[in-house]
Amino acid sequence: MDIHGSVQLVHAGGLHARPAVALTKLAKTFRAKILIAASAEGPWIDAKSVVKVMGMKTPAHSTLFFHALGDDARAAIEAMTRLVEEDFSGAPE
Amino acid sequence: MITATDKVGIVIVSHSAKVALGVAEMVAQMVGSDIPLAWTGGNSEGGLGTSVEQIIDTINAAWSEAGVAILVDLGGAETNSEMAIEMLPLERQDRVVICDAPVVEGAIMAATESWGGSDLDTVRRTAEEFGKKMD
Repeated sequence: MDIHGSVQLVHAGGLHARPAVALTKLAKTFRAKILIAASAEGPWIDAKSVVKVMGMKTPAHSTLFFHALGDDARAAIEAMTRLVEEDFSGAPE
Repeated sequence: MITATDKVGIVIVSHSAKVALGVAEMVAQMVGSDIPLAWTGGNSEGGLGTSVEQIIDTINAAWSEAGVAILVDLGGAETNSEMAIEMLPLERQDRVVICDAPVVEGAIMAATESWGGSDLDTVRRTAEEFGKKMD
């Protein structure tokens, strides 16, 4: 399965430390390969790499793009976009 | 399913008890409590410094069969951590590493990687990868 999704980043501080950790943790719960980008053209970054996600330094109100490949790709995209929509309140404990 | 004890333990060693506690609080809040985490700071007299004995106890407190990654601040924290590792039982020595990374950032990176179930070498490399990005 090869699924794309996008969502607007509403978090006031943008994709800074705590949201980046939350996003990476959620990505790691899926088997699918999950890529994230701040533009539809990329560059695409491994969403399971906390260092790379934190290094994106995406400002608030940008759009985040996701691309997932694997058997649970659809669930991964749904969960990742929901996490961003819910302002990172639903990260796995 | 990975349980907490299967995950790489994270140890924080600082010259300051307050710094060590502060880093641990950041790890607990940002990454969660589902990883073995222990910290030590200050010498045995309660001043600034580090203690080999306390570092040994801290490593054992965070012990995991997957190993332990140590984050240190400055010079003595590193040399005392090296000494502490040398004083561990032989079978534990090769499962403890000191990460060449800044203590706060490295701890968050290492803990996130541990949380996801990565092995000790990946946890160490992830912490060190962040340190390199800042050069």
